[in-house]
Amino acid sequence: MGHGPAVKLGKDDAASFKTSLGVKMFFGYTIFYVIFIALNVYAPKTMETIIFGQTAAVIWGFFLLGLALIMAVIYNHFCTQAEKRYNS
Amino acid sequence: MIYTQSPLAIGLFIFFVLFVLGLSFYLARRTSSAEGYYAAGGNIHWMTNGIAFAGDYLSAASFLGICGMIATSGYDGWMYSIGYLAGWIVALFLVAEPMKRLGKYTFTDALDSKFNSKSIQLMAAISTLLVSIFYLIPQMVGAGVLVQPLMGLPHWVGVCIVGVVVTLIVATAGMASTTYVQFFKGAMLLIVSTALVVMVLFRGLSTTPENDGKPYHDFTTLYADSALTLEDTSYRIVAGLDSIFGEKGFVKLEKNGNESIWQVNETPEGYRLEETLYATRLNDGTRLYNGSPAEEGQFFPVGHIKELIVNGEEMVATGPIGPFSFLSALTESTIVLWGTAYVPDADGITTIYYQKPTPGSQVLRPGLRFKVDNSTPMEKFNFISLMLALFCGTAALPHILIRYYTVPSQAAARKSTIVAIAGIGFFYLLTLFMGMGAMTSGVINLLDNNMSAPLLALSFGVFLFAIISSLAFATVLGTVSGLIVASSGAIAHDLLDNFLGLKMNDRIKVRAGKISAVCVGAIAIYLGIVFEGMNVSFLVGWAFAVAASANLPAILMLLFWSKTTARGVAASITVGLISSLGLILLSPDMWLRYGKLPADAPIQFNSPALISIPLSFLALVVISLLTQKDVNIGHATEPSSN
Repeated sequence: MGHGPAVKLGKDDAASFKTSLGVKMFFGYTIFYVIFIALNVYAPKTMETIIFGQTAAVIWGFFLLGLALIMAVIYNHFCTQAEKRYNS
Repeated sequence: MIYTQSPLAIGLFIFFVLFVLGLSFYLARRTSSAEGYYAAGGNIHWMTNGIAFAGDYLSAASFLGICGMIATSGYDGWMYSIGYLAGWIVALFLVAEPMKRLGKYTFTDALDSKFNSKSIQLMAAISTLLVSIFYLIPQMVGAGVLVQPLMGLPHWVGVCIVGVVVTLIVATAGMASTTYVQFFKGAMLLIVSTALVVMVLFRGLSTTPENDGKPYHDFTTLYADSALTLEDTSYRIVAGLDSIFGEKGFVKLEKNGNESIWQVNETPEGYRLEETLYATRLNDGTRLYNGSPAEEGQFFPVGHIKELIVNGEEMVATGPIGPFSFLSALTESTIVLWGTAYVPDADGITTIYYQKPTPGSQVLRPGLRFKVDNSTPMEKFNFISLMLALFCGTAALPHILIRYYTVPSQAAARKSTIVAIAGIGFFYLLTLFMGMGAMTSGVINLLDNNMSAPLLALSFGVFLFAIISSLAFATVLGTVSGLIVASSGAIAHDLLDNFLGLKMNDRIKVRAGKISAVCVGAIAIYLGIVFEGMNVSFLVGWAFAVAASANLPAILMLLFWSKTTARGVAASITVGLISSLGLILLSPDMWLRYGKLPADAPIQFNSPALISIPLSFLALVVISLLTQKDVNIGHATEPSSN
C-alpha cells in the first residue's frame, strides 16, 4: 500500500495544540460567515445601509476577506510558536 | 459583437506555451521517481506552492466568470468570491496539516491512511475522477470559446491546443512542471489584474465611457402621445402595442429600412420609448443581431452610468479616483443594468435586452441575481445551500488537496495555504473593481458576459487586451494541468496500484501516471469538442457540490471522530455522490436543460448541499456505529490490499 507522506516528516508534538486551535478559529470565522448569510436571507434591506459611504454589503465583503487573512496570520503565529515550544 | 484578433495576444500565448513546455522538458529529467512525478519530490517551497495554489484555484470560472457576473449582476457575482475564499478557511484550519501528514500522492491516500480499505480506494477514486471531469469540461470548452474570437481559429483547434499542451506538461514532469506552470500563471494573474484595476481607477467614472478612444453608443429616447403617435416622424411603427411585442412592453419600429425594438414606458403625456438591443434566431436557424448578421457589428457593447453623483453632486466624469471613492460614487449613482425578455413570433424567437436604470446602492448589495427580497422559504433554502457548497467545496477538491503533498512539512503546508489565502483574497478584491469597472465602461457583451474582463482591458487599448487574453489561456492551462495530475493519480495510484493491487515498481508507477495523463488528456479534448456551444459553466458548481458532499464529511470525520470506520467513510462518499448528483439532476435548472418547464421539476431548488452534506455525515455516523465490532476485534473492516 502506498500511504504515508511522500517525504519523511519529523515527529510533531504540537499537532494536538494546532488541531485544537484550528477548530476554535474555524468556528470563530464560521460565526461571522453565518451572520453574513443570515443577514442576506432574513434582513436583506440592512445590506443596503450606507456606512462610511459604502453599502453594508461591501463592508461585510471586505471584512470577511480581510478577516480570513488576519485570522490565518494569527493562526500561523501561534502554530509556529507551539512548534518551537513543543518540538525543540 | 466582433472581437479584435490581436497578433500580440497570439505571440504572447505562444511565448508562454513555449516557456512552460521548455520548463516541463527541463524538469522531466528530475522526475524519474513516483515521488517526483506525483508530488514534485515533496520539496516545493511554501511560497511557490502558495502562489501555485492560487494559479490552480483561480480557474477561468473565477477570472472570467466572476468578473462577468459582477459586470451584469453587481454584488451577487461577488458573493461567489466571498464564498470561495471562506472555503480556504476550512482548508487552513481543519484540513491542511492533517492532509500533509496522512497522504502521499492523492486525496484517497489520506482518507485510506488508517484503514487500507478497497471500498475507500474505489469510491474516493471515483469521486476524484467525477469532480475533476466536471471541473475539466468547462475549462476545455472555455479554451475553445476563447480561441474563436481572439485568434480566429475554430473551437476544436483551441481545445486541441490546450489539451495537447497540458498533456505534454503533465506527461513530461507531472506535478513538478504543473506546479511551476501554476506558479507563473498565478503570479501573472495577480500582477496583470492589479494593473488593470489601477488603470480603471486612474481613468475614473464617466457617464459617457470611451472605449479605446471610440465614443460610447448614444442611446436614443423617443416620445409619443397617448395614441402612440411618435414625435419623430422618421420612425414608422411595424409592431405596435397590440402586437406580441406590445404584450411584453415593447414596440418594433422602422427607419430608413432598418428595424429596431423599443421599450415602452408610460408617462403622463403619453409614452417614452427607450432603445434596446435584440438578437433574433429565425426559424431557419439564422441568427441576427440588432437585425443584422454578426459580422456587421451592429450589436454594440453596453454598460454606463445614467446619473453620476459624487458626494451629492451630479457630474459627467470623476477623473482619477481612489478605490473607496470609486465604490462610494457608484453607490450614490444610478447605473444602467440590462433586463432580458423573450418574444416568440412567426419569424422566430427574439431576445430583447432592455435598459434597467438601478440605484448603485442596490447594485452593491445582494438581490439582483439571487432572490433575497421577499423570498419564499425555498428561495432562502436555495441561497443558503449555495453558500454552504462554496464554503465546504474548496477543502474537498482533489486537485487542490494534492498540492499539500508537494511541500516538505506540515508547517510548509500551513504557510502555503496562508499565501494562497492572501493571493486569492487579494484577487477576489480586484474582481469587484474589474466587474464594476466593466459594468460602467461600455464594454459588456450582453451575449456573453464571460468576456467582460478581457473587453475591459480592450477599452485601454490592444496591448493590455493582448496580455489579458493570453493570460486567460494561461489560466486554462494552469487549472487543467492540475486536474489532469489529480485524475491520473486517481487512475494510476488509487485504482491500478492500490485498488487492483498491481505490483508496480517506481519506474512503472511513473509510466502508469504518464499514460493515464495522456488518456485523461485525450478524453478532455474529446469532451471539450463534444460540448461545444453548450453553456457548461454549471459543471463547476456541480464539482463544488459533489466535492463538498462526497469528500468533506469523510475528511472531517476521519480527523475528528475516533469511531469512524472504513465502511462508514465509503458509505459517506457513496451517499454524498449519489444524493448530490441525484438532486442536481432533478433540479429546476436541469429541467430547463431537458427542455421542460422548471416549475415542473420534482424539487424546487438548484443547490443540493444543504441536504446532501448532512446526509453524507449521517451515513458515515450510522454505518460507522454499526461496524464498530469490526474495529473492536482488531481487524481492518475490509480485506487488505497487501
